[in-house]
Amino acid sequence: MSASNTRERGAAIDIKGATKRYGNFTALDDVSLHIEPGEFMTLLGPSGSGKTTTLNVVAGFTDLTSGDLAVGGKSIVALPAHKRNIGVVFQHYALFPHMTVGKNVAYPLTLRGMDKQARDRLVVRALDMVKMADFAHRYPSELSGGQQQRVALARAIVFDPPLLLMDEPLGALDKKLREWLQLEIKRIHRELGTTFVYVTHDQEEALVLSDRIAVFNQGRIEQVGTGRQLYDEPTTLFVAKFIGESTSLRGAAQTSGNETSLTIAGQKIVAGGKLAGGRKPVVLLRPEKLSLASTKTPAAAGQNSLTGEVSEAIYLGSGSKYQVTLRDGSVAIVRSSLEATPFSIGDTVDLRWSVVDAKLLADDDRADMTMT
Amino acid sequence: MRQAPFRILLGLFCLLVAVWLVMPTLVIIPMSFNEKKSLAFPPSGFSWQWYENFFTNPDWLSSFFNSLRVAGLVAVAATLIGTLASLGLSRMKHSGAGLLRAILITPMIVPGVVLAIGIYAVYLDYQLVGTTTGFVIAHTMLAIPFVIIAVSASLEVFDVRLETAAASLGADRFTTFRTVTLPLIAPGILSGLLFAFVTSFDEIIVALFITSPYLKTLPVQIFTSITRDADPTVTAVGTIIFIATTLIISAGLIISSKSTRS
Repeated sequence: MSASNTRERGAAIDIKGATKRYGNFTALDDVSLHIEPGEFMTLLGPSGSGKTTTLNVVAGFTDLTSGDLAVGGKSIVALPAHKRNIGVVFQHYALFPHMTVGKNVAYPLTLRGMDKQARDRLVVRALDMVKMADFAHRYPSELSGGQQQRVALARAIVFDPPLLLMDEPLGALDKKLREWLQLEIKRIHRELGTTFVYVTHDQEEALVLSDRIAVFNQGRIEQVGTGRQLYDEPTTLFVAKFIGESTSLRGAAQTSGNETSLTIAGQKIVAGGKLAGGRKPVVLLRPEKLSLASTKTPAAAGQNSLTGEVSEAIYLGSGSKYQVTLRDGSVAIVRSSLEATPFSIGDTVDLRWSVVDAKLLADDDRADMTMT
Repeated sequence: MRQAPFRILLGLFCLLVAVWLVMPTLVIIPMSFNEKKSLAFPPSGFSWQWYENFFTNPDWLSSFFNSLRVAGLVAVAATLIGTLASLGLSRMKHSGAGLLRAILITPMIVPGVVLAIGIYAVYLDYQLVGTTTGFVIAHTMLAIPFVIIAVSASLEVFDVRLETAAASLGADRFTTFRTVTLPLIAPGILSGLLFAFVTSFDEIIVALFITSPYLKTLPVQIFTSITRDADPTVTAVGTIIFIATTLIISAGLIISSKSTRS
């Protein structure tokens, strides 16, 4: 395995118009997604959003109602799961309790009729990769959750599949272990060059691991992009709220020319461009784009200003985090640097931001449902 | 220490119940070494003659081998059918699964004598009375519920998701069953097999109805022997069966408790 050919080992995935219905319920609604060979793609979304259904469809555990699915350019819709040659890692590990770690990892190789010598070599290599080589003779019940998941990972990659699916593999582990294993998974992805499709509901995990993220909501993909794209340029309010922290402002809107402005509790702000389709606008602001200022200092040119009261002030070491309750009752989240003037709870302050840092999006009541 | 008298009383009561439950069984052990040809208790003297009689008398021996043969066939047939039924029931999503399970369990609940009458009536028509086939069919029906209960218990703790994992690793359904499902539910199947064997081996009610002079099972031979004359050979046979079934059932219980713990 030289570094130059690792990228060729993964397969491209093409999901086209995938739809899955259970009676009246639509679990997947016309989902299309292209995944590059060797890419680390995360399917992110709340529970019931269709991300796990998508993974199960690719693995062959669930049939599509309509649509097509191709791996490496070949349609695999008609293939049963056991003929797809795709590695799968489950949240619940799914190690065979009656086999040792070594036997578990050798299982897919035995099925492929590989002789013992070649098998043993690959098993050792796979266990080495997950740092579990010393545990080959143990039974799964003698291992911790994190160790079991590493063995499950070794078993899923030992037969060198061009695609590895992972269904919330770290969901059952504690935070510290999860963070460490995230880095391990990232390293293994780099070493193997296999295409990884990873399902999670944890946006931080998605940001740490992924080349690109597909955000799922109610059986549809809301947006696909890198973590940075999703954070800086969300195309829907749902994506904006699901990735990172944000403040959303609503008010009476006026459009003049190419500019929309909102009036919030008597104060007028410039919201940016113009929404297509005449939908109700909402202004979205990331915490680090906001700053607090004394009401006495005037706002700079190109800055918006809204008056509110500090309702929470948290010192974070690297800076401070404030909650500011605005006059219309909405709450803004502000992250300020160490150099910024500190404020205390109860202070009346002006919330300031540059017009260019605000994101104008169409309002969507569905977006709030998931945050509960 | 105020409770001491109460505790002693409770202990005595428990001992009484235990004696009451076990005594009728244990009483045959000393009786089987009786010197005289009588079923009187307490027995007098000591001799191995009734054991000797069991192993030399062709009536006793042939009935013993009949029982072994029937019970062996029943164990295999009931285990096969019962295991397949349990697997089917556990995979059934339909609400009728519960009803179907109840129907399969009924031979355990229906009074034996009622079953025996029905079986006898049908067997007369089909000339199955006094045949090995007749015994095996009837006893298999009686043994299937025991297999279903034992196998279902191990399927209850079997994680079906392992089968999905096996499929993802390249195993077709039969290979998955052979390499994953079967080894994990094997303890349940084995204990079902032992229960099925014992169910047939000591079954008397149905056997009395469908027996013939040419095919007697051991329990039938014991019953006819003790009603015709007071032959203490029955106590020797009883002792042998008692020890054998105790060992088999204990083995079955140990195996099944092991499987549910893991």
